[in-house]
Amino acid sequence: MTSTSNIADGCAAPDQSAPIPAGVDLEKETVITGIVSTADGDAVGGAYVRLLDSTGEFTAEVVSSAEGVFRFFAAPGSWTLRALSRQGNGDISVDVTRGVNEVSLAVAAS
Amino acid sequence: MSRDTALVPADWAEKNLETPGVVFVEVDEDTTAYDGGHIPGAIKIDWKKDLQDPVRRDFVNQEQFSALLSERGISNDDTVVLYGGNNNWFAAYAYWYFKLYGHGDVKLLDGGRKKWELEARPYSKDVPNRPATQYQAAAPDSSIRAFRDEVVQAIGAKNLVDVRSPDEFAGRLLAPAHLPQEQSQRAGHIPTAINVPWSKAANEDGTFKSDDELAKLYSEAGLDNGKDTIAYCRIGERSSHTWFVLKELLGQPNVKNYDGSWTEYGSLIGVPIALGDEPGEA
Repeated sequence: MTSTSNIADGCAAPDQSAPIPAGVDLEKETVITGIVSTADGDAVGGAYVRLLDSTGEFTAEVVSSAEGVFRFFAAPGSWTLRALSRQGNGDISVDVTRGVNEVSLAVAAS
Repeated sequence: MSRDTALVPADWAEKNLETPGVVFVEVDEDTTAYDGGHIPGAIKIDWKKDLQDPVRRDFVNQEQFSALLSERGISNDDTVVLYGGNNNWFAAYAYWYFKLYGHGDVKLLDGGRKKWELEARPYSKDVPNRPATQYQAAAPDSSIRAFRDEVVQAIGAKNLVDVRSPDEFAGRLLAPAHLPQEQSQRAGHIPTAINVPWSKAANEDGTFKSDDELAKLYSEAGLDNGKDTIAYCRIGERSSHTWFVLKELLGQPNVKNYDGSWTEYGSLIGVPIALGDEPGEA
């Protein structure tokens, strides 16, 4: 399941980001952060979240926190996020810019 | 070496959790994962605290490695099964150490923590109490470790395999995308290196691809089987993963891991650097 327009927008979105480490310059960094959740909206902790570049090549992988939160330091452009979990898998394509980009990533059993 | 001796599937591991003489070792950069649950009976090794020298910029020497394994209760004749997070990067790095210091029987758990977790296999929070041993590490085997001068001389002469992501190879990123990017060294890659990201050798569940797929991957990328090979990445752990593939799974004779990798090379004064997606000229 791939969709392309799910970047959480502006102040209407809940705050999904865990604290960003001190010393990270958000003027320079392109942060992609968000929550892995099921179709019912339950957060999925322990999911393996993979960041794939615009050609589909693997770039990085993190494990979501107990609250389902994940975060990448990327670069402006197009990326795909893919999550693997015991509750199922899911992916989403995003276009990001410098600063913090919030994304919702849903998983479902296939 | 081959897949049969170097790699064990999760089913084998689960059946051998209590087999005498088999020691499971979790190796990670972030050992809080171990503390939250690990393969029953497994001990932990901290990639930074246990495997790096606290003062010099180098990894632990023969005496330090002997002392570490003695204290953790590992014997020279134990079968050591290594696994970890990050698709077994740090477990592969530790595997390379065990080989470097002459351990007889060491294996990687295929898929590491990820496959184990996704398949909901058992975890425990109990920390085993293994009596101390008298482990004797062998002198380091320099045939599997490359140093910087050798790497500079290998430009245009040996296979250089850069296993970082395409963006790191080209110089668009300086570190994997789950880490902050600020770094002091230059970006790019060693001229004439081919870029075969470590991830191309693994399936998305963390297991290694088949021998046929792996052989095809490197031959299509331009690896010359008639030449010696040096693998590198940013700090030497992802390249251990590729070293494991080339040396232990595909059985290539002369493969070295350059653990200084890009953090060293990209900080050297006067060495050539190539930018962009192509290997570049010698």
